[in-house]
Amino acid sequence: MDKFTRLTAKACPLMRQNIDTDQILPARFLKWPRDKGLGSVLFTDIRTDAGGNDLADFPLNRPAWRNARVLIAGRNFGGGSSREAAVYAVYDYGFRCVIAPSFGDIFAQNSVKNGLLTAALPEAEVTELAAAIEADPAREVTVDLQQQTITCGNRSYTFTIDPVSRNQLLNGWDDVDLTGSYRAQVEAFRARDRQARPWAALDR
Amino acid sequence: MRHTPQTLFDKLWSSHQIAQREDGAALLFVDRHFVHEGSFHGFSQVKSRGRKVAEPALTFGIADHYVPTHDRDKPIANPEIAEMVRKLERNTADNNVALFGLRDPRQGIVHVVGPEQGLTLPGLLIVCGDSHTSTHGAFGTYAFGIGASEVAHVLMTQTLWQKKPKRMRINVEGDAGIGIAAKDIALAIIARIHADGAQGHAIEYAGSAIRALSMEGRLTLCNMSIEGGGRCGMVAPDETTFAYIEGRPYAPMGEAFARAIEDWSKLPTDAGAEFDREVTLDAASIAPIVTWGTTPDDALPIDARAPDPSRETDETRAAYIRGALDYMGLKPGMKLTDVVIDRVFIGSCTNARIEDLRAAAAVLSGRTSKVPGLVSPGSSLVKQQAEQEGLDRIFKDAGLEWVESGCSMCVGINGDLVPEGERCASTTNRNFRGRQGRGARTHLMSPAMVAAAAVTGHLADVRPLLAGREV
Ligand code: SF4
Repeated sequence: MDKFTRLTAKACPLMRQNIDTDQILPARFLKWPRDKGLGSVLFTDIRTDAGGNDLADFPLNRPAWRNARVLIAGRNFGGGSSREAAVYAVYDYGFRCVIAPSFGDIFAQNSVKNGLLTAALPEAEVTELAAAIEADPAREVTVDLQQQTITCGNRSYTFTIDPVSRNQLLNGWDDVDLTGSYRAQVEAFRARDRQARPWAALDR
Repeated sequence: MRHTPQTLFDKLWSSHQIAQREDGAALLFVDRHFVHEGSFHGFSQVKSRGRKVAEPALTFGIADHYVPTHDRDKPIANPEIAEMVRKLERNTADNNVALFGLRDPRQGIVHVVGPEQGLTLPGLLIVCGDSHTSTHGAFGTYAFGIGASEVAHVLMTQTLWQKKPKRMRINVEGDAGIGIAAKDIALAIIARIHADGAQGHAIEYAGSAIRALSMEGRLTLCNMSIEGGGRCGMVAPDETTFAYIEGRPYAPMGEAFARAIEDWSKLPTDAGAEFDREVTLDAASIAPIVTWGTTPDDALPIDARAPDPSRETDETRAAYIRGALDYMGLKPGMKLTDVVIDRVFIGSCTNARIEDLRAAAAVLSGRTSKVPGLVSPGSSLVKQQAEQEGLDRIFKDAGLEWVESGCSMCVGINGDLVPEGERCASTTNRNFRGRQGRGARTHLMSPAMVAAAAVTGHLADVRPLLAGREV
């Protein structure tokens, strides 16, 4: 997976609460293979009208934010379905960081596996940051994962992310390889577990 | 020396922990892994690494998300959907994984089939690439939904890295009234804690009203944990749990079952164990509940009115309400019982088990539905049982369609969609924008409440309709 350390880019505010994964990527696109790229259908049902035309007032459609790489959203971003393809869509579109007061747990976990940073800030600070960018859409923000800061103009905010996710993003770890190095512990566990929970086994 | 009192969740966690990293992440052993058509992303990752499924005997494939609910004896008409079902067949066959496929008599929705087959047991850790895996927690199981990369990791290693969630206990005390279902309890809880209220927490449901629930009811409750933001929810195993498990195909038998009960009886939370957060609700105060908006916490008692954004002081909230009412096509402050519906859906892993079908049939019996609708049982075995009980006749006589089992109109990816702009009274778990189809308007409620909506043509209190009936 891709590492995340530091990024300076435009940020697009999408200040709605509860943007669930069904809105991020409607279920009908879940059939698409990853290599097709899902960026073109990100938010499609809230970004376009029934005829498929871009809605002018949807922030991502505003020219100033077309190439934004940071997304700023309301509380509970990415709640709902576990579809990792929602993260693929956000990532494939070009976003590398989402800032919000809170995230759906599975969405946040899926993000880490794909090099997408989910940075949590208190609601008032998210609102302030979004307002600053609304006032000056061309303004860039700098997201620094090492320092856990977001800087916009002369304002700097400290975001939270759990240390496990931070570690993984900074190092670009591959979970499967990492787990491979725990083989001896896994085998010891299984031998113990066979005795402790015989009813849990299933042999065919 | 005395042990520190532990919660059910602590016990489940520690019995699965293989190792712990310095940053706090733990490597956990996975006892059962369910895969469905949507798991193809995970299988692709496995294949691209040149790997195979590590523990085929602990992995089970189930065709549910894309399966057609009509004309099962014919080839699947839509080529893309047919390909999704075929991919699952190929991926499971290539890896020697058992499959409850499209035409298997045991086919059904993964979260109905697991318990039904005795694959879901207390004390296990179960994962599936589906957020409603929380359902299996009803047995005192640590069960949660995972994404495709995690699916791939479990397929290759039978383990998963997790950070330990905080512990939350939701107590529901007292007796729920007549006509109040587990779904009403679940929606009441979500309305109280909000859609993100349990984020980062493992929920334990406790209290006398929870103990009084059947396994079906506990499954409904745990199913909706994710709608309150929790990744998992659980109920401590007891006699109700053991009685449900006994004799199921994959459950331990004889002496092994006796030993299991002995072990499972030690799982419930110890007296004095600490939770990071506790919430208590009074069951007697819970009325039949419906959702009016576009997240499951937009839930109100049926005798309430839709909210009025002009009475809201918080501008963000007011804007949200305006948007939700607009999407749902509702007027501010209107009575919820005045909301006229276009169709009904009875189905999904939330509410399509046998008790759910009985509860809906009890209301529909001898009556007709004013709107069209689908009834899709939670599994093919539930369908068979319902037919033996004559429930299918009740639904058909009422004018509803009795179809095969699958996720169906819960997510619509098999083609069972709510047409744009139409309003559906639904036993499912998500009323998100576009969930049942682009522009579809979903109202969540219990099976009996959906039946009441069908009979009256609008959202309605089921209780008067139950007068003189056996429920
Ligand atoms: S019925 Fe709905 S919620 Fe349940 S597994 Fe299927 S799609 Fe998911």
